[in-house]
Amino acid sequence: MSNSKISIRNYSLRYSDGVQALKNVSLEIHANAINVLFGPSGGGKSSLLRSINRLIDLADVDETSGQILFNGVNILDKEMPVSQLRRKIGMVFSRPIPLPKSIFENVAFGLRVAGENDPAVLHSKVEEALKQAYLWEEVYDRLDDPGISISGGQQQRLCLARVLALEPEVIMLDEPTSALDPVTTARIESFLQEIKDRITVIIAPHNMSQSARVADYATFFLQGELIEVGAGSKLFVNPQDQRTQDYVEGRFG
Amino acid sequence: MKDKVITRIIKIAGFSSIIIVLMIFYFLLKEGLPTLGEVALSDLFTTRWYPIEDYFGILPLFSGSLLVTFISIAIALPFGIGTAVYIAEIAPARVKEILKPLIEILAGIPSVVLGFIGIVFLSPTLRETFNLPTGLTAFTGALLLALISVPTIVSVAEDALNAVPQSYREASYALGVTRWQTIWQVTLPAARSGVITAVMLGISRTLGETMAVMMVTGNAPTMLQGIQSIFKPTRTMTATIASEMGEVASGSTHYHVLFFIGIVLFLFSLIINIISSHFSEKNRKEKEQVV
Repeated sequence: MSNSKISIRNYSLRYSDGVQALKNVSLEIHANAINVLFGPSGGGKSSLLRSINRLIDLADVDETSGQILFNGVNILDKEMPVSQLRRKIGMVFSRPIPLPKSIFENVAFGLRVAGENDPAVLHSKVEEALKQAYLWEEVYDRLDDPGISISGGQQQRLCLARVLALEPEVIMLDEPTSALDPVTTARIESFLQEIKDRITVIIAPHNMSQSARVADYATFFLQGELIEVGAGSKLFVNPQDQRTQDYVEGRFG
Repeated sequence: MKDKVITRIIKIAGFSSIIIVLMIFYFLLKEGLPTLGEVALSDLFTTRWYPIEDYFGILPLFSGSLLVTFISIAIALPFGIGTAVYIAEIAPARVKEILKPLIEILAGIPSVVLGFIGIVFLSPTLRETFNLPTGLTAFTGALLLALISVPTIVSVAEDALNAVPQSYREASYALGVTRWQTIWQVTLPAARSGVITAVMLGISRTLGETMAVMMVTGNAPTMLQGIQSIFKPTRTMTATIASEMGEVASGSTHYHVLFFIGIVLFLFSLIINIISSHFSEKNRKEKEQVV
């Protein structure tokens, strides 16, 4: 077992409309690995991801309990500086959302907000991030075009570059390829394999096959409950829980 | 059969508005254009408006309208956008529920009532505060007009901000960006075209408003003379038409010139409308790209 990067302990989350999104979830996110959260929609994967970077602060949350430890600190603490937390734990969403800025500024924005103002440093970091996301070759001659002007697959890689520029310790991806073609999807998957030595990856794929392809560790969620957790090589081949088996074999979901 | 009748009725209703606008435009031109034959252009664009002695210089009215509109928008713009941002982005749900209807009530107050408040309250207050010879100034009018245009700006800009998908804000927050930076650098730019439309509508409301400005600006058709003109009486194009049209002999030169001023006003609001529809069209296209 590799060491734990994020440790979720007895975490429960209920929204104001009464929906119990997560019920007493305990889970270790392994460092330098691809951690897959899977299960039918409404299972609590997104809620968990949004808890880890505190995006749930934007939602109407009734109650949370338990702890989420990141590098040993409980990030649910009210005193937690969320901006710094979010720079360390980056997130890519299911739909690519380029901000209403140029391609360059989309990547530079987070850096500027983090206090980086030196144009030379910004430029080299933006270039580096775009190269890492395999986008540089396609956009280097039109960095001043609006972020929205490139194709959907390019936009998602832009969103990835935007997160990478901040040099995060963890990167979370919520159905990152649900709006993408197979070629781009394959590129992003192989990219995740490359970076996992440096950056811990948490991904909630939108389908079973992707889950099985990329998982080092996998966790099955059903209606807010953690049903089963294990190494990806075992969980998809030989699930222990009947419900996991049914889902993996496609009997529901 | 019934379908056809209804379709025809709707068609007539639709076309009638076009026809009415065209007729108004025709009427304006018919009554206003003879000016060009009766008054030389060089006389028209002079600085003395004194119709009883045949001085028809419209520049003071022109500058009066521009001055009042400009100051008014300078006040209403930050105030209106600020309020819209507060309602759309910051206010808790309960405050929002109270504020929005209140703003709409403000929009419904007849301008003559605001003019009345301007005369009995605003103008004496300004006179005493700034130690002016009279409280009936361009600035008084601009303040009142700001009050009139703010609700328009707020409600259109707030709609534009609300139309920005929540995912934009999430994407920004997820990069460690704070709430203020998100509002100024992400949400407002994303709603930019809607916000510009809001301001344009505010400007055309301001430019076209008659009653309130007529009551509080002092009605002196003087030429703009530097910054101090802000605290001097002035007169707008709209107020001129409203106050003189009743006394003028139909078909006289003065009568035609008043209509000519109407044409100028018409062109102004046409330009503003074209600009704002350009932006709302752009807005629509951007929305489609997002979805």
